[in-house]
Amino acid sequence: MRVAIIDYGSGNLRSATKAFERAAREAGITTEIDLTDKAERVATADRIVLPGVGAYADCRRGLDAVPGMVEALRDTVEAKARPFLGICVGMQLMSSRGLEKTTTEGLGWIRGDVVRMTPDDPALKIPQIGWNTLTRRYAHPLFEGIPETLHAYFVHSYHLAAENPDDVVATVDYGGPVTAFVASGNKAGAQFHPEKSQALGLSLISNFLRWKP
Amino acid sequence: MTLKARVIPCLDVKDGRVVKGVSFVNLVDAGDPVESAKAYDAAGADELCFLDITASSDNRDTIFDVVARTADHCFMPLTVGGGVRTVADIRKLLLAGADKVSINSAAVANPDFVAEAADKFGNQCIVVSIDSKKVSGEGEEDRWEIFTHGGRKPTGIDAVAFAEKMVERGAGELLLTSMDRDGQKVGYDIALTRTIADRVCVPVIASGGVGTLDHLVEGVRDGHATAVLAASIFHFGTYTVGEAKRYMAKHGIAMRLD
Repeated sequence: MRVAIIDYGSGNLRSATKAFERAAREAGITTEIDLTDKAERVATADRIVLPGVGAYADCRRGLDAVPGMVEALRDTVEAKARPFLGICVGMQLMSSRGLEKTTTEGLGWIRGDVVRMTPDDPALKIPQIGWNTLTRRYAHPLFEGIPETLHAYFVHSYHLAAENPDDVVATVDYGGPVTAFVASGNKAGAQFHPEKSQALGLSLISNFLRWKP
Repeated sequence: MTLKARVIPCLDVKDGRVVKGVSFVNLVDAGDPVESAKAYDAAGADELCFLDITASSDNRDTIFDVVARTADHCFMPLTVGGGVRTVADIRKLLLAGADKVSINSAAVANPDFVAEAADKFGNQCIVVSIDSKKVSGEGEEDRWEIFTHGGRKPTGIDAVAFAEKMVERGAGELLLTSMDRDGQKVGYDIALTRTIADRVCVPVIASGGVGTLDHLVEGVRDGHATAVLAASIFHFGTYTVGEAKRYMAKHGIAMRLD
């Protein structure tokens, strides 16, 4: 098996790569973790991970700037239905549109816009930075065996307001419910950072490596 | 549930080794930063901060290796500061495995650098580190001034106004260090922390002066910080990170104890 982590110049890719390697090792899964900026490596990968930090528009631009990458993503994730995991802005890019700074078209896999969080408690700071627990709306294979009490690490100012509530697997409370994890078919996305979320993160990554959607 | 307050151990790193001094003098070498990072990771630290105080430009690159080796072992958020002056510095730190960088002197010298950095890498990874001292006298209204160069050089800049300006420029978080108190174990400058935390919309990390676990509680409860940073109490084993977090939880602060 080969997992392609897409390198399009965004984010802390070393941590993501190391976390996937460690999760695979601990779960006894033999897999190659392939940090790549080549569309053809993504087109032939068994599993795809799209990380991302920064602004939505910048990330989309970065992805578009890699020759053939968006087409390769659509082919592997849509046509071939290979398991896909988006992380942080990589998850937000699964949406219809991002409304940060300017309106930017997303990949259109989860219907809804990425909008600024509006906590109902004015004392809550933006960005949300730190550890919070998840409220799961329904059971999903990526959360199998993960206790509800475990925390995930968040750093974000925007979230994906999904139109179809069934796409939202888990929310996080930040002055009201905020989308924390989305899934639809073979596609899943975490607003939090699994690669920074210690026990919860490593378990979730192992589950992704085993996932047969 | 709710967002938890963070406990952030800070390691001062010089030439690739850990040091921690009292008010930035009398530095004592005390270990390998990667080993310390692993220990803090295992102890449940919510985040880790490296402050690179390497003076010689010959050894500036040692921090990249420390960050990379740490990121290979620790799956927790890592902030790195000290000597961050250019977009290229930030990119190198992020590529080595840092999640956030903290900008200090360069933000004072050129506030637009913060805007450029936030634009390029996103507000979420730009922490502006503000070192200040109380300059108002007895009976006067509280006033704090920014000091640079390890607290030696006054700038005449008002700390509160500067904090607001940095947030406008795109800082995603502020790290407030009281230079009067750093290493003195007398507690955070609560008035400073609260004044700024209540004025800005971004998270504030309290720093400088922790000697007891009550000081950590005060930073969040009274200073309205969303995170507390400490160095020597953890590094010299006075308290463990776990003890600190349990103590804060016992005093009514929502903490992550998993």
